[in-house]
Amino acid sequence: MARRHCLLRHRWLLLRRVSQLGLLAAFLAGPWFGLWLLRGNLASSVLLDTVPLTDPLVLLQALVAGHGAQMAALSGAALVLLVYVLLGGRSYCAWVCPLNLVTDLAAGLRRMMGLARGWQMRRHARLVVLGAVVVASWASGAIVWELLNPITVLQRGIVFGMGAGWVLIAAVFLFDLTVSAHGWCGHLCPVGAFYGLVGKTSVLRVNAAARAKCTDCGDCFRVCPEPQVIAPALKPAKPSASPVVLSGDCLNCGRCIDVCDEGVFRFGSRRVLRLHDSSAPPPPT
Amino acid sequence: MPSSMPASRRKFIGDCLGVLGAGGVIGLLLAANARVAEALPAWALRPPGALTEDDFGAACLRCGLCVQACPYDILHLARLSDGVTPGTPYFVARQRACEMCVDIPCAVACPTDALTAPAPGIAAARMGLARMTGPDTCYSINGTAQCGACYLACPVKDAAITMERRSAGGRVYFEPTVNAANCTGCGKCEEACVTEEASIKVLPLALARQDRRGPLPRRGA
Repeated sequence: MARRHCLLRHRWLLLRRVSQLGLLAAFLAGPWFGLWLLRGNLASSVLLDTVPLTDPLVLLQALVAGHGAQMAALSGAALVLLVYVLLGGRSYCAWVCPLNLVTDLAAGLRRMMGLARGWQMRRHARLVVLGAVVVASWASGAIVWELLNPITVLQRGIVFGMGAGWVLIAAVFLFDLTVSAHGWCGHLCPVGAFYGLVGKTSVLRVNAAARAKCTDCGDCFRVCPEPQVIAPALKPAKPSASPVVLSGDCLNCGRCIDVCDEGVFRFGSRRVLRLHDSSAPPPPT
Repeated sequence: MPSSMPASRRKFIGDCLGVLGAGGVIGLLLAANARVAEALPAWALRPPGALTEDDFGAACLRCGLCVQACPYDILHLARLSDGVTPGTPYFVARQRACEMCVDIPCAVACPTDALTAPAPGIAAARMGLARMTGPDTCYSINGTAQCGACYLACPVKDAAITMERRSAGGRVYFEPTVNAANCTGCGKCEEACVTEEASIKVLPLALARQDRRGPLPRRGA
């Protein structure tokens, strides 16, 4: 099949960059131009001086540490959770997290240089880190992950001043570039692990409804930051298996939709879905 | 007996132990880190209405809403290398002291109870406590000049700092004297002090109370 237009092959990627950079711009418009679209930072913020928003993992740490049960923080976290239950937990990683710009750059450079995937830890290492963060918050009576979290160090740094934060960001970049492909986001980041758990039930999901058109070119596997989520939907053992990418690890980044010239993938709901070809039997009802 | 155990179960138990071990080690490291990072240095003060330092680390979400709410841009959000717990708000009295806004916008902006506006008003805030840390360099005490800059700068006029008449060796002088019951710890005295290194400093409460050079009256005493 002929390659589609370059813009079409990068449609979701471009939208994602607009979202990530736009969000940063919204946080910077206040301090720079006095236009207060969003006050605060990704840990907790106020949208248009009215809607409170709070990172649920930061609040969870505050709660196990013995604080944070305040109305503004609780309602802010509930609102954020609701958004990610609807739009996919790890949409945070693909559409909001500013560190994704850094780790995507490292992953892109690895692909350009033709590097192998490098050292690959178990994917559930990040769940261990998440557990450790919660236990440590409880044990120390402090929000511990925010001492190290490179996501908030980067975003806070951009809005409030970076200091030595660059060292941490550079370390994550070099780790992803030289040691392990998608090493940080894919294996270690407890924030991604947390949103992955949220995403286990989220509504918006990628599906491989037109999987019968797949030519086994492997483009989607090469570009996907969590390639293990594709196979169960694209190449299931049973032909009647659901074509929806059900794993919470999927970022809803849409890169598979972008790169697939056959148009196998698309966004859809977790529930409502029919296979797009008559040859495959319908999913069990 | 381990030898009779199926390989899959052995692997499962091994995995579990590995996960628990790794989690424990990471957890301990993070907890130790959190403890170390909690100590507030002597030159840094929290915004008005802050919880004690132990509780502050649990309640402060590191969001910077208080920093952005400060109309005088006095508050900083600690960077990784600042020596204050990263992401938490502080100000340096010597650079710029708290203006003691009547409506306390920083505390109002806080989404948790890390900062709570004191019910009686800003005069009840206890951001720190002023101490005469350099009686030998203080111009008023050592007789260089009749200074009183700290006394004049104090917003809790004639209550938090008074100039006490003293005489020693036939010399009469006025000693700036902090009355702990009324000092809000805003830092105006330290900011105003004319000596090269401030002779009067506002210390975080925990540090000021540890000070051995004299018993400090408790709040409200």
